[in-house]
This record gives sequence, structure tokens and C-alpha cells, in this order.
Amino acid sequence: MASVNLSKINKVFGSTHIIKDLDLEVGNGEFVVFVGPSGCGKSTLLRLIAGLESISGGELKIGDDVVNDLPPRERGVGMVFQSYALYPHMTVYENMAFGLKLAKMAKETVDDRVMATARILQLEELLHRKPKELSGGQRQRVAMGRAMAREPRILLFDEPLSNLDASLRVQMRNEIARLHHRLGSTMIYVTHDQVEAMTLADKIVVLRDGRIEQVGSPQTLYQQPATKFVAGFIGSPTMNFMPAELLGSDGDGCKVKAPGLGELALPQDASGQRHGTDLTLGVRPEHLRLAEARGDNSFEIVNVEYLGNEVYVYLEPQAGDTLLIHRSEAPSQWQIGQRVALVPETEHVHLFDADDRALPLAKAAAAA
Amino acid sequence: MNQYQLTKLAKRVGFYALIAVVMVYAIFPFYYAVITSLKPSSDLFRVDFWLSTVDFGNYVQIFTQKSFVRAIFNSIIVSLSVVFIALLLGITASYALGRVRFRGRTTVLLVILGVSMFPQVAVLSGLFEVIRGLGLYNNPAGLILSYTIFTLPFTVWVLTTFMKQLPMELEEAAIMDGATPWVTITKVFLPLMWPAMATTGLLAFIAAWNEFLFALTFTLTDDQRTVPVAIALISGGSQHELPWGPIMAASVTVTVPLVILVMIFQRRIVSGLTAGAVKG
Repeated sequence: MASVNLSKINKVFGSTHIIKDLDLEVGNGEFVVFVGPSGCGKSTLLRLIAGLESISGGELKIGDDVVNDLPPRERGVGMVFQSYALYPHMTVYENMAFGLKLAKMAKETVDDRVMATARILQLEELLHRKPKELSGGQRQRVAMGRAMAREPRILLFDEPLSNLDASLRVQMRNEIARLHHRLGSTMIYVTHDQVEAMTLADKIVVLRDGRIEQVGSPQTLYQQPATKFVAGFIGSPTMNFMPAELLGSDGDGCKVKAPGLGELALPQDASGQRHGTDLTLGVRPEHLRLAEARGDNSFEIVNVEYLGNEVYVYLEPQAGDTLLIHRSEAPSQWQIGQRVALVPETEHVHLFDADDRALPLAKAAAAA
Repeated sequence: MNQYQLTKLAKRVGFYALIAVVMVYAIFPFYYAVITSLKPSSDLFRVDFWLSTVDFGNYVQIFTQKSFVRAIFNSIIVSLSVVFIALLLGITASYALGRVRFRGRTTVLLVILGVSMFPQVAVLSGLFEVIRGLGLYNNPAGLILSYTIFTLPFTVWVLTTFMKQLPMELEEAAIMDGATPWVTITKVFLPLMWPAMATTGLLAFIAAWNEFLFALTFTLTDDQRTVPVAIALISGGSQHELPWGPIMAASVTVTVPLVILVMIFQRRIVSGLTAGAVKG
């Protein structure tokens, strides 16, 4: 177990700058998830930590050691690959023992370590099988076992579940979470799936174009997204965004006008913004209420999705606009074609400025 | 029988007739060699397509010749050495060319390919000087050296293509496990590359086994010759007699091991040859 410390890390491939001046602290025993759209640099960042790519600039520390120029085997890291990358010609036992034998450990130590790891991952029955005789979930466990057998200081996961089908993915996600709970080891996990990130992480790192967009617990990211990008990336179905115009602000909050919603009093501090500025208003689907249509402020229901426990209602502000989503418990009284009014729960509404940064809550609202 | 069934029958008959023609075309020369080798020399010039009597006299004659047995032994040594050296160098070179990113990689590959395009005759005199300079004239080592020059290019090419197809993550997993490049090659890649190695190894073996020009030029005495040259130099009782019987017997003898090898590795050859076909 160890902490990981990245300061001013840069990675340049030829003329493309992939990771830009990145600072990050991963605490001892923490489960940190890197998440972001494809091409954001999350896998590259993991490979920099693993030592599979060289660092172009900055300092990487594992524990108290600067490891910039150490080869992977001396960094004390274990890695689980997306394709598992098990050695096809070796049995499960040999796969797990390979690294230990290369480290010139005594035969008994190798045996002890492999058996102990196999017990944790429930692989004892499979030790003499070849990878091709295993199911997807079992291969995944062997890949984890191989990474764990060397007792690394940190465990790295590169989209380990993306090759599995949906139900198995949920099951393995659960197993990884329990494993982390039991071992308490430092884990860094890369995924593009925000559900995996939310369910597994102690700390989520949202990346975009080689920079950190926001770092925080799943709850912080969900409730207080720092930017519009994070707000849109975390949560499913995604947050609704609408244009809004700033009418005025004071110490208690601000007033905005949004087409279709009318005037709203919000708890955000907009004192830094000029009146009349265009802002973006964000509301999560569960923080919208529907009411009978009144006056001009009405939306047409274009689709209703029934999921058993809940219902998603899709609304079209104007023909061609991005659909808005309302989410409520089933059953629902709403039907396709109805016109309804939208009532956002103002205490849960987010406001983003022209640079897509979230406006902070006003002092009075924050204290309450 | 109606028109449709008739045309179908005709097509089928035509199809098998065509196959028969191809088979005869391909196999007849070898079949005739086998037959000739089993005839007594008195019957040699009577044209027969079927064997009436079987006579092993020609085989007894060539195997009692010391120089022929010695030539077979030389051929085995030379061919196996060429296969071993070509595979060893081919695997290590293909790792560098297929896996290591370095400037001029494509150029190196093209140069290797270019070398293999020269006809043997073009390099014969130059190679002769090299071999004499190295003191390898009239020595099987000289043949091993010259054959390796001509087998390495395709060995490297086929193995490089194959190496490129092995998943990158497999190598990275080995790196994470602390493997050096040499361990990665021998413990992880080699076991996965058997089909490609069987293919290239067999092709290298056949090339070395059948080679004639270098073998003739670079050897002088009977005890250093390889089989193709030895066969060509089998002489009859007088200047005016070509001993077809023993020549055919010798040819059949040296072809059989190849046929057996191909049979054994047949499946692997196919999977090895098509391995590089889909993704290049």
C-alpha cells in the first residue's frame, strides 16, 4: 500500500500534448477512478503511473520514492488490462506465478502467494485450467490475481469490465468493490462509464483534454459539479440544460429568466456577472416537477419510458431542440402528446456562466 | 431426366475431369520418377506406365555408395543448421522490427526484402570471394552461411507480420511482471508463434535441402557435397551412359523426407501462411 503523488505531470506524443500540467494526490488505501470521454488522456495517465509510457515532464511519486525513471517492475505496481492479456499457453497457476518466478522467489513462497491470492479470488478450483477454458468473469479474476500476486503497492485497472456483458459487469463491479474493502489497498481505475465511477470510487477524477476538470467524491460531483462538462457527464439520465438570462442578484441569490420556465429566484451568487448575461441553467431529471399547463409556459410530452420502478418523460421545448427529461417514480399519469408546465426545484438548480463554470451558492443560502 | 439435371451432371463430370487433368499434370513427373527408380536397368527405355516387376537394385546401388550416404548426412546437417540459425535470428529480428518503435524501421524491412530479390547467380562470384576469404571453401559451414543469407529475408518478413499481430497488451503484461525482452520472447511469444515458426522453418529447410548452385560452386570433394550435387554427379559405367535408375532412386529417397515433413506440418503451414493475410 502506498500513496501516489503527481505534480505538474506532462505527456507529449510527437506534436500532441496529451497530459497537461496535471497535479493529483491519491491517498493511501484510496480507490480513485479516472473518468472521461475517449481521448481525454485517462488511459495514458494510468500508463504513465504504471511505467508503460515515459513521463515528458513533472514528478511522479509512489510512497516516498520518485519513480519517474524506474521500470514498471521496480515501481511496485500491478495492472489489470482491458483484454485481460493472460498468457494463453499457461495455466491459471502459471499465469499468477510468472511474475513471482521472474522475481526469483523461492518455490514455496511462490506457491504460498499464488494459493493465498487464489483463495481471495475463489480461483482454487481453476488453477490448472488454461485461459481458453475459462468464462469471461473467471478470466477477469485471473487477471486481477496475476496483478495481486506480487503484492504491489498500488493496483491499476484499465477499463477492466468493458469486455464483459452487462449483467456480469455489475457482478464484477461488486466483487472489485468488496475486494477493495477487504484488502484496503490503493487502487486506480480507468473507465469511461460514469456508473462504474460512481459506484466504485472514493474519489473521482474527471478528465477532459488532458486536464483535470474536477476531483471529488461521487456525492460532491453529483451535487456540486464545478463545470457544465462534469454536470453533463455524471448522472444518468443526464442533466437538463436550458439557456437563461440574468435579471439581477443580491446577497441572498439571483433572479433569472428562462424561456418556458418564466422568472426564477435561485440561491446562486451571481454578483460577479453583469445583468443581462446569458447563463446556462442545469436541472437533474429528478429535480423537475411537472404540472398542468398554464399560460405560455408549456412543453409537449414527446415520449414516455416506463422502466418498472420509475418513469422517464421526454419533453420538447421547441421543435428540434434537445429533449428535456423528467424522472419520477412509477406509475405516472403523464401521456404522450400532453402539454405540461415545468417547475424546477430551485434549491437543486445549477447555474453555469459563459465559460461553463458553476456559480457558487450565495452566503445566505450556503449557511442555510 | 430433364434438361436441368443433365446440365448439372455435365458440369459435375467436367469439374472432376478438370481436377484429374491438374492431378496428372502435377503428379505424373514424380510418379514416373518413382516407377523408373523401381525398374531394372535393362527395362529402362521401355515406356511403361504401370510397374510389372519391382526391383530395388537401384536403391541398393546408391546406398552402398559411401559418398551418397555422406551427402545425405551433409544435407541434413546443413539444412537443420540453416533452419536453426534462420529461426533464431528471424525471431529476434522480428521482435525488433515488429515491436520496437525506431526510426528507419520500414527502410530496414524494405532493404531486407530487396536483398532477397537478387538472383543467386548475381551474388555468386562475390559470395565466392567472401567464403574463400573466411576460409570456408569446401566446407559445409560455407553453405550454411550462404543459404542463411537467402532464407533470412522471408523468415524475418513472415515472423515480423506474425509478431505484429500478437496483442500489445500481452507484452505489456509481461513487462509489468518484470520480464526482460529476452524473457518476453522466449517465455511468452515463442510458445504462441509455433505455427509461423513451423511454416518458415519448413520453407527454409526445403530451400536449403534442394539448393544446387551454391552447393556445386562452394564444394570440391565428394565428402563435403550435399544431396542435389551428389545426384547430379552420379555417373554410369561409361562416359556414354546416363544412369537414370540410380538417379531416380536417389531423387525419390531425398524427396520422401520433405513429403513427410510437409504432411506433418500441413495444418500449421496453412494457418501460418494465412496468419498474416487478413491484417497486414
